Amino acid sequence: MLPIVQHPEAARPFVTDENRSPWHDSALWFVRSKRDKQAASVPEWEYLRSVASGIKTHTIAHLPFYLREFEKNATARGAVVHWAKDAAEHNEIVLSILRANKTQRIVKSKSMLTEECGLNHFLEDNGIDVVDTDLGERIVQLRGETPSHIVLPAIHIKKEEVGETFHDHLGTDQGASDPQYLTEAARGHLRGKFLSGEIGITGVNFAIAETGGFVVCTNEGNADLGVSLPRVHIACMGMEKLIPRQRDLGVFTRLLARSATGQPITSYTSHFFGPRDENSELHIILVDNGRTKLRESDTFRSALHCIRCGACMNTCPVFRRSGGHSYRATVPGPIGSVLSPARDASQYKSLPYACSLCGSCTDVCPVKIPLHHQLLAWRGELVGKGLLPWSKRVSMKFASALFQHPRLFALSGRIGRTALRILPHWMTHNRLNTWTIARELPKPPRESFSQWYQRNRGGESKLDSRSDSGNPTMETRR
Amino acid sequence: MKTPVMKAHTRSRQAILDALDSSPTTVPPLPELDVQQLTTFDDPLGQFIQSLAFVGGEAHVIDRPEKAYEILSGIPAFSNAKQIASVVPEAVQGNVDAASFEDPHALSGLDWTIARGEFMVAENGAIWVDGETLPHRVMIFIAQYLAIVVPRGQIVCNMHQAYERVGKVNAAFGIFVSGPSKTADIEQSLVLGAHGCRKLQVFIVGE
Ligand code: SF4
Repeated sequence: MLPIVQHPEAARPFVTDENRSPWHDSALWFVRSKRDKQAASVPEWEYLRSVASGIKTHTIAHLPFYLREFEKNATARGAVVHWAKDAAEHNEIVLSILRANKTQRIVKSKSMLTEECGLNHFLEDNGIDVVDTDLGERIVQLRGETPSHIVLPAIHIKKEEVGETFHDHLGTDQGASDPQYLTEAARGHLRGKFLSGEIGITGVNFAIAETGGFVVCTNEGNADLGVSLPRVHIACMGMEKLIPRQRDLGVFTRLLARSATGQPITSYTSHFFGPRDENSELHIILVDNGRTKLRESDTFRSALHCIRCGACMNTCPVFRRSGGHSYRATVPGPIGSVLSPARDASQYKSLPYACSLCGSCTDVCPVKIPLHHQLLAWRGELVGKGLLPWSKRVSMKFASALFQHPRLFALSGRIGRTALRILPHWMTHNRLNTWTIARELPKPPRESFSQWYQRNRGGESKLDSRSDSGNPTMETRR
Repeated sequence: MKTPVMKAHTRSRQAILDALDSSPTTVPPLPELDVQQLTTFDDPLGQFIQSLAFVGGEAHVIDRPEKAYEILSGIPAFSNAKQIASVVPEAVQGNVDAASFEDPHALSGLDWTIARGEFMVAENGAIWVDGETLPHRVMIFIAQYLAIVVPRGQIVCNMHQAYERVGKVNAAFGIFVSGPSKTADIEQSLVLGAHGCRKLQVFIVGE
């Protein structure tokens, strides 16, 4: 059994690292600001979002139809379409294609799906040399880590650390940390890998039912280079990547890069329709791995709209400060906290709580997934399943008792206010109280709200207080 | 077409489709775009040049294709180049005949590729390149530098118009190229020239 993820514990090292947490926060805020600029530069932005959401809703509802269409059209163009019900079957299919082609060396571009299926480990266990070619992914791969973000896999790593990793693995100068220099070194190193790769594996950003083609978006050009040299291309896609028509791409290509990194479009938007030539092969693997189940839920179905832009992570105050690894999930952040419990509610039960319900994720999501509503809904489901953590169960019971007994409530308020006023600093700020590690406590007011109300409004009849509730401000009354 | 070594794996196909079929959901029909709501530009060419600069590419408006060669010759990376492959001979004569190679690996030493663009997209500085115009699609990605020659009159405002232009693609490959290859994977510092071209020159030809 997999260990249960407790987000607060997993996040602790990151959150308490006084340098890293604010640094990570501002790096992601920078990306979020770029996204805002781009979104604002498109007057029809909100219109595009609702169209995108409508297209996705329609497609997911008619998924079996569009899958059949896609399979038919892709096959007609010479691609081989495979079906995998889960991660294991997906990995098996990839391996059998490699075996059939007697190959050991593959070059892989970024794909969250293969990450979700644990493809790298599986292939390595079977003696295959897997090279991730996206720079960020290569960095994490060399460090023996996993991506911490779906678009910016190495966002948690500082340039000095990249320098160390490259010094160890690629022989760059010790202490070098200049991004230009390090990128150049990676370029040289990966060129060799590209040239010796025998099969190229990519993910899929959008698959088009109408044409049987699919689109891969990159800035580095690594997916494109990786599949243009070898004879065999394997494209791995979650079933929800389908869109009905070629022209629907107009909507999604406008939203994706702007939402992801604040660019008007990715540097390369490659459209693949069938194998390269008569000597080449194109394999497309359609993967379910829990998507069918998610589609059955009225509450969570729209999570299948996700185009993996990462905007919800960049904007999330919890993600920005706690880092992607704290989610212990392939897809972290708000959308990951919706998807992961759907996979395994008990393992990921703490993730819906890694959320302040601020709603910012919902505001930026280009396909209008009501993320924070879904996270709230998850909390309800978890309570129903009896999966609420002990600490939360107890404190909820306690709070409920408090709210049901006005006298008790008033008393505890009084104790709290007095205590905060008279306790010496060392008693509130010590190692036992983790809450105050990076905070000062507020100055408590002398009286409670009900005391204030009694004094100022207590004598007035209900009618009176209603009649003046709008106009005179507190200031003028005083 | 040669049959692939491995046949389609469809063991789970029926089970997946059955499960999907068994939970139908009803929703509104596919939305149709209201073109009234989409941004267009009074000066699409000006907008394209601005967008291209934003994504790190350089535009040159020229009246005759040969001008491209003149301008490129002023760039050391071009005048020092050893291997140049061109599919736009009226602009630049290359010295590598990509079509003569069977294996795309033979193009690994390319310094420049001169490609043909079908049309430009004003909103984002992208250019559509039709895979049919390339003997090897890797030419776009493997060359150290890339130049694209595109007719001045061939321009659309936004991606919706762009896909209308593309239509139902018949080639096995087509691509929107926008700016040079780039990455920001090391501490969000933008670096041009990740794996593909280090620079992108766009020659917009016509009166
Ligand atoms: S949920 Fe929305 S914002 Fe988050 S990655 Fe998916 S599409 Fe982007």
